[in-house]
Amino acid sequence: MPSFVTYLIHTLFPPTVRYPDILLIDAGLIVGAIGLVGFLTKTHRWGWLWREWLTTVDHKKIAVMYLISAIVMLFRGGIDAEMLRAQLAMPSVHFMPAIQYDEVFTTHGTIMIFFMAMPFIFALFNAVIPLMIGARDVAFPRVNAMSFWLFAFGAILFNISFIIGGSPDAGWTAYPPYTGLAFNPGPGENYYFLALIIAGMGTTMTGINFLVTTIRMRAPGMTLMKMPMFVWATMVTSALILFAFPPLTVALAMSLFDRLFGSSFFTLTRGGMPMMYVNLFWLFGHPEVYILVIPLFGVFSEVVATFSRKALFGYPLMVVSILAIMFLSYGTWVHHFFTMGAGPGVNAFFGLSTMLIAIPTGVKIFNWIFTMWGGRIKMTVAMLYQMAFIPTFVIGGASGVMLAVVPADYQLHNTYFLIAHFHNVIIGGTLFGLLSGMYYWWPKMFGMKLNERQGKVAFWLFFIGFWITFTPQYLLGLKGMTRRLYTYPAGLGWHELNVISTVGAWIMGAGFVVLVYNVVWSLLYGERDVTGDPWDGRTLEWSLPSPVPEYNFARIPVVHERDEWWAMKQKGQTMAHALRPEDVHDIELPKNTPVPFLLGASFFVVGFGMTFKWWPIAIVGMLGVIACLLYSGFDYDDHHHLEADVVRQTEASLGRLQG
Amino acid sequence: MSVPLAEKTGQHQLPIEFADEKESIKITGFWMFLVTDVLIFASLFSTYAVMRTSVAMGPTPDQLFHMGPVMLETILLLTSSFTIGLGVYFMRKGQVRALMGWMIVTILLGAGFVGTEIHDFVTFAQQGATWHTSAFLSAFDILVGTHGAHVTFGIFWAITLLFQLRKRGITPQTARKVYTYSLYWHFLDIVWIFIYTFVYLNGKIV
Repeated sequence: MPSFVTYLIHTLFPPTVRYPDILLIDAGLIVGAIGLVGFLTKTHRWGWLWREWLTTVDHKKIAVMYLISAIVMLFRGGIDAEMLRAQLAMPSVHFMPAIQYDEVFTTHGTIMIFFMAMPFIFALFNAVIPLMIGARDVAFPRVNAMSFWLFAFGAILFNISFIIGGSPDAGWTAYPPYTGLAFNPGPGENYYFLALIIAGMGTTMTGINFLVTTIRMRAPGMTLMKMPMFVWATMVTSALILFAFPPLTVALAMSLFDRLFGSSFFTLTRGGMPMMYVNLFWLFGHPEVYILVIPLFGVFSEVVATFSRKALFGYPLMVVSILAIMFLSYGTWVHHFFTMGAGPGVNAFFGLSTMLIAIPTGVKIFNWIFTMWGGRIKMTVAMLYQMAFIPTFVIGGASGVMLAVVPADYQLHNTYFLIAHFHNVIIGGTLFGLLSGMYYWWPKMFGMKLNERQGKVAFWLFFIGFWITFTPQYLLGLKGMTRRLYTYPAGLGWHELNVISTVGAWIMGAGFVVLVYNVVWSLLYGERDVTGDPWDGRTLEWSLPSPVPEYNFARIPVVHERDEWWAMKQKGQTMAHALRPEDVHDIELPKNTPVPFLLGASFFVVGFGMTFKWWPIAIVGMLGVIACLLYSGFDYDDHHHLEADVVRQTEASLGRLQG
Repeated sequence: MSVPLAEKTGQHQLPIEFADEKESIKITGFWMFLVTDVLIFASLFSTYAVMRTSVAMGPTPDQLFHMGPVMLETILLLTSSFTIGLGVYFMRKGQVRALMGWMIVTILLGAGFVGTEIHDFVTFAQQGATWHTSAFLSAFDILVGTHGAHVTFGIFWAITLLFQLRKRGITPQTARKVYTYSLYWHFLDIVWIFIYTFVYLNGKIV
């Protein structure tokens, strides 16, 4: 069947995936996969992998899996960024072909937003939310595992595109008609839509899960106004996810239907309206940027209070402002396309609503500063990121207000000024916050601290590299350099600034290398956390040993104060936390299940089949999905009991049991 | 006839589906899921509102719609919303046979709805009005089709519930499942009222 083989090779490996660099990566992946399989077989780890990780429903393990995926994706997205900067460093460079450049800026944006920042945020949610609210797990542990595997297989589907079939190349926003079949044949955009729909389902489920967890699973006594700020941030983020992701799903599905089934939602013929996609996308997209930053507002609120050794300043105002941001964020989406020309009335409304968001955000900034005021500040890595965040985010926010001025936006739209602005808030707010949270909660997740000295080196590289990369881009934008520009001629005055920017990107790359070294070194030689409270923390997660036992709390705590653990320490009641044996009862825990993993894998098969329009494969995957749903519908055996004696033994071995 | 009030008997009795804390949390979660579904339909409705007049070379809503089948679908679905309500009423009284009976009636009415809708869509297709034709028809098909797909999913869901009820009877768990199913079914009914008004009636008037 040579014709069949030719067809397969032509479809799966078109010329766009046969560049030398990609072939090199292919070889590397094959070697890596063989090595991994060999390692797992030699050390007899397959059973361990399946029992302990692939079928787990424990929120703490799911957090670790999210974290690993996020760091791998940070690497991938970072490599993309370095490639872009290499291409733009000098005028008239042909480091990559133009088509590959389009693919790289598309995957850079998509991966950083959907497959790096989102899972990193969910890693923090999963790692600490149940511990902070005094719960044994999230509301729906199995749904939580399904969320993870849908995300993971969505990410895999997206990431294989560059070695099989070709990457999407229409930008991370995937506007039609760039994505229309008439202008963009080939499987790239199918990958984009299907991977984002699959991962988006997982994200929506995470939103539902953490909203219900924070509403219904809090320990007795923890009223809404006694919740730690990070819990508030999680609740608000989950609500944002709930309202933001459905419009995205609809927009993606309609684009996919246009491509696969010949409908005409966003086509240029038969009455289709590309601007409808843009509206739906940003109806999701603007709340999404708050989904990306509000969790980190929560992280910073925890970090700043702990390391200033003071209660958070203006807690009620912090709550009000976070809620104000949530509501306002739904009224600003048109500011992403003022140039659509909706008229002065519409543009003025959305410009104004955008500027309004600066007010609650400013309130938060002042409250963080006043929390530090008069505190005994400890300059840990987590705190350094917090302190770097404040000026960075203020400047990024200010350039955002500049973009909200409609006449100015007509000049700045889609220039490097915009690029600099959103990297300023996403790196300065989201990435710094994620890393701050990672250094802060790492001991709780893994039972050892990350080395502070190495962490500080990584911090300074990131911080300095960030400013060297993006300050020139503001100027480039003012000088008229537009985004997604493949190359530019000499003599426009863009040369020097681009060189500086590229050097900055290298410095950030070095920061990432140090970060990874820091993690690996600390896993091997890091200082063990034997107290469970290495930072002298304030909230309930620090009342537990590190790493936390499977059941979290042997006895569910009763909360009296906002900073409950701190208050207990002040009253000298920490020993009251030590249990009497008769306080311990049997604990009901969710049972491991392979269904979430298999569901994700089935969706992957559906996605892969649909990408290439190989319907039999898609149908097989769909049958797998149905089988998984049916199985979980009829499965009533979803939990098991941990004997009180086992809990007592565990607690006693940790020195937390009286007598 | 005297009805014993909860306040008078001194203890507040929750309905069976809320009695178990874990099941009650799942009902909260289901409401949150319904929020996302509301947003899905809201996006589809807004798309329809935008594309309603983009008929290209195809038929206009007025030329396409026939109110006869739509009226039949409406009666079937609204009645089924009542019958699932009766089912939940008997579930709370602990009468599993009556519950299953009313669920079967609901399923049959739902199947009647889906059958009529499919017939309607096939008729449109025979007239050459498919979603290849125009943006209006794309938006119409995906809005009404998504609703129809939801109803179809609901029918299969109800069938799996019948098997579980036959095996296990009314327990806090099965009661919660039936209750969430009824929420889902009522929700689809409400969506249909909007489709009936904004798509069909509006299409006929304008």
